[in-house]
Amino acid sequence: MKKRFLFISCDEAKHICDKAQYGEATSWEQFKLRFRLFYCHITKTYSRKNTKLSETIETSKVQCLKAEERNKLQSALNEELTKQQQD
Amino acid sequence: MPKHQIDPNNWVKLYSDYLFNYTITRVNDREVAQDLISETFLAGLKSMKNFKGEASERTWLVSILKRKIIDHYRKINSNKGKAEVRMNYINDTDSEGDWLEERVADSTVKTAEDSLVNSELGDAIYDCLAKLPGKQADVFKMKTMLGYDTESICKELDITASNLWVIIHRARTALAECMEDNWFK
Repeated sequence: MKKRFLFISCDEAKHICDKAQYGEATSWEQFKLRFRLFYCHITKTYSRKNTKLSETIETSKVQCLKAEERNKLQSALNEELTKQQQD
Repeated sequence: MPKHQIDPNNWVKLYSDYLFNYTITRVNDREVAQDLISETFLAGLKSMKNFKGEASERTWLVSILKRKIIDHYRKINSNKGKAEVRMNYINDTDSEGDWLEERVADSTVKTAEDSLVNSELGDAIYDCLAKLPGKQADVFKMKTMLGYDTESICKELDITASNLWVIIHRARTALAECMEDNWFK
């Protein structure tokens, strides 16, 4: 029981790592993740790739449409498609 | 038989985000970008018969969009626009004519280079996103690009928080692999 207190599984570590990318991991979770990073190379590799992905997306400033904006585009296109079918 | 088929019913689902990212990096205005994409789709519908199927649907739509972006800049680069720029320059009395070299040139070049790299990187990210299952791509975009909180996404897509994290994990793993193969190598 005590061991479980600090030692986490690889899956749990990956889950914390994912949450940490969005600032949603608690300090305690981050501590447990950092502790695991000392001895688990699988977690280490995953964490490195995951952080690199976050940094890449941040650098790219890539953007996408909000749901309502996409729906607006779809409605305009549907309207035109209907018109075209009627002609 | 043509290599690629055309199906306007899927345009918004498959290409709207890619086209939006392509446009926003060039016009820097969400509303203008959406208008240009809408015009692109309508122009695409009208000229569907010209689609030979040699290029992909996305490439064909981008070629229409490029024209729309050029037209947009032609419109805003009217005489009124030029007059406003000239007026601002004259008012700036401290610069005495050599402002172009001293203050603008370097930063402009840097910005142009940066946006070119960002634009190519954005394309690479979208190419990888296109390989993900629809739901994974949607959840990833909402969480990572739009910055929605977990609760809002769960409510909107009617999924549990643990479902969301499983989807995010799969999406991130696949994207990291894809970017490793196609961008970092």
